[in-house]
Amino acid sequence: MTDIVATHRPSSGIAATLRHARYVVSENRVTGFAFGLFLVIVLAALIGPYVVPYDPLASNTTAALKPPSMQHWFGTDQLGRDVFARVIVATRLDFVIAVTSVALVFLMGGLAGVAAGFFGGWTDRVVGRVADTIMAFPLFVLAMGIVAAMGNTVQNIVIATAIVNFPLYARVARAEANVRREAGFVLAARLSGNSEVRIVLAHVLPNIMPIMIVQMSLTMGYAILNAAGLSFIGLGVRPPTAEWGIMVAEGAAFMVSGEWWIAFFPGAALMLAVFCFNLLGDGLRDIVDPQRRT
Amino acid sequence: MLGMVFKRLLVAVPSLIGVVIVTFLLTRALPGDPAAYFAGPAATKEAIEQIRVKLGLDQPLVVQFARYVKDLARGDLGNSLTTGQPVVQEIKTRLPASAELTLLGLIVSMSIAVPLGIMAATRPGSLVDHACRVVATAGVSLPVFFTGLILVYVFYYQLGWAPAPLGRLDIFFSPPPHITGFYLIDSLIAGNGELFVASLKQLILPTLTLAIFSLAPIARMTRASMLAVLASDFVRTARASGLAPFTVIVVYAFRNAMLPVVTTLGMVFSFLLGANVLVEKVFAWPGIGSFAVEALIASDFAPLQGFVLTMAIMYVALNLLIDVLYGLIDPRVRLEA
Repeated sequence: MTDIVATHRPSSGIAATLRHARYVVSENRVTGFAFGLFLVIVLAALIGPYVVPYDPLASNTTAALKPPSMQHWFGTDQLGRDVFARVIVATRLDFVIAVTSVALVFLMGGLAGVAAGFFGGWTDRVVGRVADTIMAFPLFVLAMGIVAAMGNTVQNIVIATAIVNFPLYARVARAEANVRREAGFVLAARLSGNSEVRIVLAHVLPNIMPIMIVQMSLTMGYAILNAAGLSFIGLGVRPPTAEWGIMVAEGAAFMVSGEWWIAFFPGAALMLAVFCFNLLGDGLRDIVDPQRRT
Repeated sequence: MLGMVFKRLLVAVPSLIGVVIVTFLLTRALPGDPAAYFAGPAATKEAIEQIRVKLGLDQPLVVQFARYVKDLARGDLGNSLTTGQPVVQEIKTRLPASAELTLLGLIVSMSIAVPLGIMAATRPGSLVDHACRVVATAGVSLPVFFTGLILVYVFYYQLGWAPAPLGRLDIFFSPPPHITGFYLIDSLIAGNGELFVASLKQLILPTLTLAIFSLAPIARMTRASMLAVLASDFVRTARASGLAPFTVIVVYAFRNAMLPVVTTLGMVFSFLLGANVLVEKVFAWPGIGSFAVEALIASDFAPLQGFVLTMAIMYVALNLLIDVLYGLIDPRVRLEA
């Protein structure tokens, strides 16, 4: 599939896109900043666990509830664990949850939506009905119900987050595939004897990829928020695992007695990550769809 | 108008059916044996079998579904394992607390976001416009439970302006006689000014948290739709006819610009109802959200299922209300019906 895309697109096109991307990143400082932040997050997720100064799980009751200092940059929590180490180590888990759930919903929603838009008829009706039913729930509440019913694991958080995002992806993919139904390249592919399934997978899907990728980066922030919200109320991730949502939950009780750093730093990390993905999504949209620039 | 309302009601029916099917499937998707689950960890084999028959779990799925719908129609959502109370009863007593908080949050957020969006649209590139953009981007990035905790730290711990984040009323007060269940309204009806102030104080921080959270989409939408309307022909004509800028913006543009904003309200409600759960946990608010969280911790599934169903039904009803509101604002929608 990939080589088909490559041969269909002249190499100068890729170079032009890259040039345009570099232009957008350097011209729009906000996008450039978001991109830099994104690299930091990825780096923390990749090498974080190997470079942190303390063991994120090691408790040390003599050093419990210490405010931020040179020794403990983000302070220590009620068990004397280093908050900085925990925040950094948690990046990987939060990032992986968000990425896998977005990839999963891209597969489910993207394929279902493209099929619905391209084939129409009963496929369209079934996909539309499923999307409508999911949308009939307040999304976070549905995610709670799914995780509670399927079992309280991280894997189910990923699945629940993917399911509640399904309508968004299915709708975008459906609309985009629908307008390309009778497009010239589709007719040409059909005339030269490609099967309908092949046309969908090899011609229509690659064509709507840029828009789907923008959609992915726009929903990535929501996916992180959703997962962190679920673990904040005690679903999925279990203590003593380091994860931003559960760390904020653990620090919540200490907020009223003034130990702000336990909840503040993981919360701020969460906020920065979501902020970064939202800005990046807007920036990517500018590259793909300059008309919708805001 | 009535015809339109009726038509919308019919549109809501498939959504409701879908909601009931999904909540039913969620119970049956419980990991392991639901009978063993409902019987508790200490149950014998016979007891489990007894419960299986009692719950109708030995029947085919279709029969189980029919039974489930029948129970629903009688308003029976099962009993809570931890309290032994009927779930419906619990939800009924806790719903006003959540409703008061959510509605107040929406009102506060609308009264800030709509003027902000309009001002941003009428002065593009100005300070207000930039403020609107910052609010819109920051608002969607803030985890709602985090905002709540920060507000608690600043206004309760540091400044001491707000009361402790522990429920709807300080323990020194007793709740007003139950009429609407909204403490603000009930205390006014009872003529108890002190109680009104006390419950308002408890409400301020959680309301503000929800408002900050829902500010962003409303402000963003108001700005975008106001910009589009202001660029349209009829606004240009109104301006050219020499109408005062205030009349043009408020009378001509505003009403038309409100249509997409009302449409976004559906999405805002979806977020608000979810955020409500998190805010209730932060402020120990005795609403249905914290009821669901308590049930989750105790692995008590019936209340959780009742909660999901209640929320979904409320959400469908709210969307219905939004559609009707839409008809009120836009006469064309009524004509189509």
